[in-house]
Amino acid sequence: MDFSSAFVLALRALGRNKMRSSLTMLGLIIGVGAVIAVIGIGEGAATKAQEQLAALGSNMLFVGSGSVNRYGLHVGSFQTKTLVLADARAIVRECPSVSAAAPGTGSGQQVVYGNENWATQITGTEPQYFEVRNWPFGSGTSFTDDDVTQAATVAVLGDTVRKYLFGSRNPIGETIRIGTLPFKVVGVLTPKGTSPGSGQDQDDVIIAPLTTVQKKLLGQEWLRWIMVSAVTRQASYIAQQQIEHLLRDRHKIRSGDADDFVVRNMADMADAAAEQGTVMTVLLTIVASIALLVGGIGIMNIMLVSVTERTREIGVRMAVGATEEDVRLQFLIEALVLGLIGGTVGVVFGVTSSLAVSQGLGWPIRIPAYAIAVSTVFAMAIALFFGFYPARRASQLNPIEALRYE
Amino acid sequence: MATVNPATTTNAVAGGVRLPLVEVHDLRKNYQLGETEVHALRGVSISIHAGDFVAIMGASGSGKSTFMNILGCLDKPTSGKYLLEGTDVSALTKRELARIRNQKIGFVFQGFNLLGRTTALENTELPMLYSKTAKNDRERRAREALAQVGLGERADHFPSQLSGGQQQRVAIARALVNQPRMLLADEPTGNLDSRTSVEVMEIFQKLNAEGLTIILVTHEPDIAQFAKREIVFRDGQIKRDDVVEVPRVASEVLKTIPTVED
Repeated sequence: MDFSSAFVLALRALGRNKMRSSLTMLGLIIGVGAVIAVIGIGEGAATKAQEQLAALGSNMLFVGSGSVNRYGLHVGSFQTKTLVLADARAIVRECPSVSAAAPGTGSGQQVVYGNENWATQITGTEPQYFEVRNWPFGSGTSFTDDDVTQAATVAVLGDTVRKYLFGSRNPIGETIRIGTLPFKVVGVLTPKGTSPGSGQDQDDVIIAPLTTVQKKLLGQEWLRWIMVSAVTRQASYIAQQQIEHLLRDRHKIRSGDADDFVVRNMADMADAAAEQGTVMTVLLTIVASIALLVGGIGIMNIMLVSVTERTREIGVRMAVGATEEDVRLQFLIEALVLGLIGGTVGVVFGVTSSLAVSQGLGWPIRIPAYAIAVSTVFAMAIALFFGFYPARRASQLNPIEALRYE
Repeated sequence: MATVNPATTTNAVAGGVRLPLVEVHDLRKNYQLGETEVHALRGVSISIHAGDFVAIMGASGSGKSTFMNILGCLDKPTSGKYLLEGTDVSALTKRELARIRNQKIGFVFQGFNLLGRTTALENTELPMLYSKTAKNDRERRAREALAQVGLGERADHFPSQLSGGQQQRVAIARALVNQPRMLLADEPTGNLDSRTSVEVMEIFQKLNAEGLTIILVTHEPDIAQFAKREIVFRDGQIKRDDVVEVPRVASEVLKTIPTVED
């Protein structure tokens, strides 16, 4: 029997028992749908995380003042007073893999404008901070190096702060009060969204000159952190070593003693986030594969029932000249068609449910073409695999007994 | 399609002697039924020539069904020879046997054995699915075969929409469609009323007159009287093998049976 007539035959046979055929396919539909949805959501989340990290600057390094080590237990961070402005200058000067460094400090403060008030984070830093963090302005400009030198009371607002204090009004040139000090707003940053690591709102911040925050708000000389930009993403690992070496030297830490600072590499964080995403995707794919497997067992079950039911039909076909191969092919193609239709409907189901999730929950979705191809092929492979035994059983029937079967 | 089956008119001729279509020699068949061994056939030898119309009779368990299964290449003998057109069938593989069933043998069963929810036309096309016949040829030949049994108008009916006699005629059309050397009918009238039975015999007689060899298993003596030759099986052996002196003529008999309302 040629393939195309076998295919038509299979479609007819399945069409004769629509209810049963669709229930049989349901396992595969759910399995394939789950695979697609899982990969779609997983890939979407991974892509989003990558984008967020890229927005953070993947060639960025974070140098923080160290935690206090009590009996081997690290308690709190930003506790040591050893990280200073000179360190930041030295990093730029002496580490060849570093292109820029922005020293910074900060604390939580209450901010007031007119009747509105808002508790937020005040960051004191220098103008290169915006470049290091790759953070463009929505309106206005940065404060200047002169502002830093003079400890001017000027401020740049994060988008969240602007929203709460000013709503739809234009904040540029307005005066806000931070703690007890009045600050003039010179700029507003574009929204950056939540931090991929901590989930913190990165836009809930006010940025002011380092000296102003150090002297007029906090009364502290030391730095809490230095944001460092490496020349390239690849160079960030070397930059990290250079910085660690430099700071140990500058802070006169003897070999064997612990650092009094921490250096975190955003490239590392990006890799970690990507890896986390991969692990998640793999796990969920395994779960979805089990669903597919169960679908396959469902196919085998129904095919076995179908072979038993159609024993006489098989007998007749053999009597009029069907070979074992013909009968086997017929049932294999039925299984294959079940897999093909189940897989296709599953893809539609997976895509629509992913879209529904992305609409409903606002999750990003990205369904790669390979996911659709692989899951459809996998569904057919499963159908073939589980269809093989029933098909073989059909082909091994004795035609005389099959013809007599009641 | 020509009304005369060309396959049956060109008999194998060797040295001027006509070879029988079917030649079996000392055919034996044993089954293992639980603990006991059943001797279904105990040495059957027979020749059937092309164009013959043979009725095989016998009580159940006489071995006639086993004999028919072997003739139909659905079963293999335990020992003995079966030559079909001079070819030793017992030496063939399963695949070759399937090809012989497809090309040389047409089956008609007691229970019709049509595929449900499949039209008469498609049922008739079935053997051609396994003989690599092109789609257009399939339909044309199936329609011709249905016309041959008087069902040309019912090609698109499902078996459930046909009477028993009509279903059996579809089965006969299916058996004829690949122009076989012989037609094997296993109690073809067993499920039919007497008038319909005679109608089926009328078709058989017509086909036989056109040259088709027919071997018919029946347990009804008056059905056997439509054949040219009557073989009686008993305990796995041939008990009687007679020529029917004056076969009944189905078309004549039909005139004496009143038409039953369908």
